[in-house]
Amino acid sequence: MSKPILTVKQLTKRYGSNTIFEKIDLTVNEGDTIVIIGPSGTGKSTLLRCLNLLTKPDGGQIWLDQQEITVKGTDEDRVRQHIGMVFQNFLLFNHLTALENVKLGLVRVKHMPEKAAEQKAMEELTRVGLADRAGHYPGQLSGGQQQRVGIARALAMDPRVMLFDEPTSALDPELIGEVLEVMRKLALDGMTMVVVTHEMGFAREVADRIVFMERGKIVEEGSPDALFYHPKYERTREFLWKITELYGKKEAQS
Amino acid sequence: MPGAGIPFHPTSVSAEYGDQQPVDFSRFIQYIASGTAYTFGVMLIALPSGLLIGLVLAFAAVYGGKLAGKVLDLVSTVLRGIPPIVLLFILYFVMSGTINLSPFWAGSISLGIISSAYQMEIFRGAILSVSGEQMMASRAIGMSKMQAIRYVVLPQMIRLAIPSWSNEAAIVIKDSSLVYAIGVPEILRRAQLISASTHQPFLAYITAALIYFVLVFVTNRLLGRVERKLTIPVNP
Repeated sequence: MSKPILTVKQLTKRYGSNTIFEKIDLTVNEGDTIVIIGPSGTGKSTLLRCLNLLTKPDGGQIWLDQQEITVKGTDEDRVRQHIGMVFQNFLLFNHLTALENVKLGLVRVKHMPEKAAEQKAMEELTRVGLADRAGHYPGQLSGGQQQRVGIARALAMDPRVMLFDEPTSALDPELIGEVLEVMRKLALDGMTMVVVTHEMGFAREVADRIVFMERGKIVEEGSPDALFYHPKYERTREFLWKITELYGKKEAQS
Repeated sequence: MPGAGIPFHPTSVSAEYGDQQPVDFSRFIQYIASGTAYTFGVMLIALPSGLLIGLVLAFAAVYGGKLAGKVLDLVSTVLRGIPPIVLLFILYFVMSGTINLSPFWAGSISLGIISSAYQMEIFRGAILSVSGEQMMASRAIGMSKMQAIRYVVLPQMIRLAIPSWSNEAAIVIKDSSLVYAIGVPEILRRAQLISASTHQPFLAYITAALIYFVLVFVTNRLLGRVERKLTIPVNP
């Protein structure tokens, strides 16, 4: 169970003289759900984008399945095939139907034949409960539905790990539940996941480990129980309870 | 007279229209309208070549790195800062001096080049408003930059560009009249010739104006139809 899928060592990202995060170490084991929390502007999203090389780190190393992906000459497109990503603003391809959104990568990246790709895409849509919306365009779907299509699109590539960048932050409160439900199921099915979120209910219930980041550094990480009830630092407790209070209402509705 | 010194195109009024007194309306109009073929020709060369060049340059300007962006910026600024008729003369004399093109071809290609600068700006704006996030989403599933451009950015930016492009198409149709100055016997040239020989300027230019108007109107209607056809459905 504890085979590392992603290993991050001393990862650093700067924009000019502005350090986004520095010397981050992180290990994501197979089947783990890691939840990254922290105040905004802490570099959580940038860290996530560095993990699949959408943003180039300035220092440090990343291994995917024991293969270093930060060495020169790495086929980045190939790496990204194996790392699924879900965005805060869904970022569906607006000119394609839900089914076509999921199918595009299968046909163009995995070079699957049309029929097989269509079937696989349909399976993924079914998995997120949207088989009946296959022919709808993003503009015809609710935010929650769009995000579930986004998840299906990433899942279709059969990734080794899924990255979620605040997947519910842009959603109306009543639509958050359906997305979290899909993610919860994924985690239970054994998908390896790294999730940046403020949904504390989800973190407490689903996360194997919570990582608390602040000002570009990992302050503390551990099991949800450890962080909520026996944090090493007062700052961790303070932050956790503050956002639990803030988002608690929203979650109770969803 | 503009175009003085340029050899007269062998379209003599007397050969085609003769010397009808009083004016024979149907032959008068026919004489001008037969220039429509040239206007069409110019439009069918200038628009697609401007489209192709403009599209390629727009993608080069957005994705081709800093230097390409700056150079293309400069080229486009210069081209758009000079009246089309002046550019037409310059390009025509350069082309006819070097590769011996007929006025029709040199004029059409020149208008295509001029239009490509405007079309590039239209497409660049459209690409920029689609790109960014859509590019990131494409790369995130493992697509290459080229694949993302081909399958995600292009189909969306084309839709965004159509309204402004229709405008540019209308401008190119109207600007096709400029090639009269280098002696291409298109609508305006013929209107001018017959007006001179019959002393009926009002009738001549009104006829030309009507033909241009119909061409622009029909083209815009067709493009409007294309735009509606390509619209991506959104819930009301």
